[in-house]
Amino acid sequence: MKRKSDQYWKSNIKIVSSLLVIWFIASFGFGIIFSESLDQIKIGGFKLGFWFAQQGSIYVFVLIIFLYVWLMKRLDKKLSQEKDK
Amino acid sequence: MTTQLLTYIFVGVSFALYIGIALWSKAQSTNDFYVAGKGVHPVANGMATAADWMSAASFLSMAGLIAFLGKDGSVYLMGWTGGYVLLALLLAPYLRKFGKFTVPDFIGERYYSKAARKLAVICLIFISFTYIAGQMRGVGIVFSRFLEVDINTGVIVGMAIVFFYAVLGGMKGITYTQVAQYCVLIFAYLVPAIFISILMTGNPIPQIGFGSTMVDSDIYLLDKLDQVTKDLGFTAYTENVKSNIDIFCITAALMFGTAGLPHVIVRFFTVPNVGAARQSAGYALIFIALLYTTAPAVSAFARMNLIDSIQDQPYSTSPSWFKNWEEIGLIAWKDKNMDGKIQYSSGNALDDIKPKYTNDRGDSGERVVENIPNLSNGNEIYIDRDIIVLANPEIAQLPGWVIALVAAGGLAAALSTAAGLLLVISSSISHDLLKKTYMPNITEKQELRYARIAAAVAIGIAGIFGIYPPAFVAQVVAFAFGLAAATFFPALFLGIFYKRLNKEGAIAGMLSGLIFTASYIIYFKFINPEINNADFWFLGISPEGIGAVGMILNFSLALVISSLTNPPPNEVLSMVDEIRQP
Repeated sequence: MKRKSDQYWKSNIKIVSSLLVIWFIASFGFGIIFSESLDQIKIGGFKLGFWFAQQGSIYVFVLIIFLYVWLMKRLDKKLSQEKDK
Repeated sequence: MTTQLLTYIFVGVSFALYIGIALWSKAQSTNDFYVAGKGVHPVANGMATAADWMSAASFLSMAGLIAFLGKDGSVYLMGWTGGYVLLALLLAPYLRKFGKFTVPDFIGERYYSKAARKLAVICLIFISFTYIAGQMRGVGIVFSRFLEVDINTGVIVGMAIVFFYAVLGGMKGITYTQVAQYCVLIFAYLVPAIFISILMTGNPIPQIGFGSTMVDSDIYLLDKLDQVTKDLGFTAYTENVKSNIDIFCITAALMFGTAGLPHVIVRFFTVPNVGAARQSAGYALIFIALLYTTAPAVSAFARMNLIDSIQDQPYSTSPSWFKNWEEIGLIAWKDKNMDGKIQYSSGNALDDIKPKYTNDRGDSGERVVENIPNLSNGNEIYIDRDIIVLANPEIAQLPGWVIALVAAGGLAAALSTAAGLLLVISSSISHDLLKKTYMPNITEKQELRYARIAAAVAIGIAGIFGIYPPAFVAQVVAFAFGLAAATFFPALFLGIFYKRLNKEGAIAGMLSGLIFTASYIIYFKFINPEINNADFWFLGISPEGIGAVGMILNFSLALVISSLTNPPPNEVLSMVDEIRQP
């Protein structure tokens, strides 16, 4: 039992930290640090760095949370199935 | 029908709706009053969280700020949405599992200390009152401009409404009125944005419209805006003025601050279970993103329209919105070159920035200001950034009902946030200070009564802030986020993810974050405002971004002090194990 909940926590940490890497790259990376270099690329009227800073990062944030909800639901299910065994 | 009559109808109907909901959802127990009986559906909670979160600042001020800041305005967009990722992944599910009533509750129990609980209550009250002052100012502006009543009357009406549903319904009443308020505010925000987007670019979706070409031309709107702003002596609209390190720190302070704001966190205590808490953070962010992705489009449209409609216009034929806002005192014109025309360019038009009006009228009929004109630049107008969203429909010449709708939306945004803040203030007093610290023997009924009294007193104080707005409202917004990032976020995060963190570490961390961040902001904003610029800042970080440094200080000190003192007791360790399980 103890081992299972430790495993659950480890998988949880793995999910959370990989999603936070995406979070960091989309906002602090594309929106700030590399924003000026990305501005060389243009999509329609948007410079790409500007678009990430004012639009793109927000869309990525929404996707991250729903991905998290889905991954955690799967993980919770696995845990409760193992408990039932 | 006149715009004013329409505004009375829209505002009146929305207020009646809020009161109706309050009567329907009266709180019966402390569980109802603090956390709405923990039975709120994730989607409803998502809407309530969005309304709770999007304040007068988001609705009224943000697009205006971005319109003038250009790309630098991204700090607000990323900062105030990115925090939800942290909240959803690192805090909300676990705090819901913990299952108590308030944020100081968690800090008090996790760090087995009344001192930590009291420190948390102090931070919470400070952060929340700072925030409320801004809401009441928003209510005042809307009332005085659109309903032409005295600002004080406006504040009192607003207080009466909030009093009614917050004191009666507690969290339950607030939650369902916030759902209604979200619908009102998002509709009011999107309708004019869609109209203006069609007018300017022919595209009904503002998020795409501001990256499209202008109507009747093949020039992209943002390219044109870059050109026009450069011609007037500003930095191009889509380029940064602030340094990267400052942008980085402000964004971080706003993100971590958002995740640490008690009135937002407590919303996740109201859903039935951990899974619902996760989901509802996702819904909340969708509902927020709807406004936050529209705002930068509104900003770009507004800046373009503003320049187009006043530049080189004779004052005598300037649009009526220009004169209306001048009457309220949020626009001023000083004809520096005496040609009778309005010239707008970079730099402050007046010394002391804010206009001081005399009772006289100038040659063109404008209100005369006694400020000395700043002759180092050719800019002739002062525009308060708060008016952009409210003036935008008028600037774009939209019909009267759209303007009335925006007024109702602004009030919904301000009132919903004020109510959420009042609730966390009152529950931290009745629950954390009275029940859990000074008066442990009171019954639940008495506690509920104290909660209502505390809510009533807090509304009174908030109203006083609205009627006698402290001159420093705008200055202290940095406080709320900086302090939340530097005090609450590390204490909550480590409390869940680092078992070894003990009482001594947590208290030392929160105190150091609080003292460092507060001193830095007070020093640059109040003691020595004249040296508040990048040459004097620590590593080039502005007071708005210093919360990020305060947070790192908090983390480091908490970890070091913890490792030098005794580990937390076993009950606490098993409590942490418990909240880590779904």
